[in-house]
Amino acid sequence: MASAPSSTSGLRQPGSGPHLPDTARELVKILVAGPFGVGKTTLIDSVSEITPLHTEEQLTEASVAVDDLAGVRDKTTTTVAIDFGRISLPGGVVLYLFGTPGQERFRSLWDDIAYGALGALVLVDTRRIDDSFDVLGLVEETGLPYAVALNTFPDSRSYTEDQLRAALDLEPGTPMVACDARETNSSIDALLALVQHLIDRSAGT
Amino acid sequence: MTARRTGRPLVPAYLSTGGVATPRRGSLERLSVLAATDQPVPQGLPAAQHALLDVLGDGSLTVVESAALLRLPVSAIRVLAAELTDRGLVTSRPPVPAAEPPDPDLLKRVADGLRALKH
Repeated sequence: MASAPSSTSGLRQPGSGPHLPDTARELVKILVAGPFGVGKTTLIDSVSEITPLHTEEQLTEASVAVDDLAGVRDKTTTTVAIDFGRISLPGGVVLYLFGTPGQERFRSLWDDIAYGALGALVLVDTRRIDDSFDVLGLVEETGLPYAVALNTFPDSRSYTEDQLRAALDLEPGTPMVACDARETNSSIDALLALVQHLIDRSAGT
Repeated sequence: MTARRTGRPLVPAYLSTGGVATPRRGSLERLSVLAATDQPVPQGLPAAQHALLDVLGDGSLTVVESAALLRLPVSAIRVLAAELTDRGLVTSRPPVPAAEPPDPDLLKRVADGLRALKH
């Protein structure tokens, strides 16, 4: 996969086991959503205090065999790996980041992971903008507040902010930031853009 | 996304719960926090329930972390944890006091905490 982590988090706690710190009081989550290969795992890896873990999730979907001579519909089960990482923040808050694929076929899994999430950071590769439409549609359908982070690749073309906003059909209030998902500080800034958006929204209501 | 690991888990997911597909209680979230109690572990506890107790040790883990460490689906952990809770061997607590929309003070502490991590 093109987005294989090329660096690990500057926040990794060497020797710390998987157990929650004793100070953990509130556990919150943010979805890091985007199409395959956009850099979700890279971003999570760049800020997680634990080596990102993953769960194997079963997707059951009705599918029609290509060679459908008998007209039999069969049910297949596919497995998708969902990566997640963790950041213990001062003050007893533990933030979990869940890498979430956004295709419509992941809908039931999406709903389960999104339950109780603060919001979503939608990662977009500007070389493949169309790939992000499904994710954005799903986030909006779920009603999760979100911010867009443009993961910059060396060969990304440069567009103006207006061009990108128009292409992604973003509302004026939706934050959009550039981000290098390999860099801890850059990933934190992208998460901060989302959290600030959430704060502004909660103040506005 | 990561590539599938090589090697199969010791216990197939469908056997880990003894064939039970849904937990009796529906309240465990991915981030619900599990911890073992100090009750003595009874003889003959199913191996998968034992494995969950072992991974919890004397600390706390979320449902999703337990699933990742045991290489079982989240749904299987929900079943196992519910059974262990019924036996008094595990306690669980929800991740945050439920609030919709999220508490502004909590959001502010997340933002402050993230800022403090920058270097």
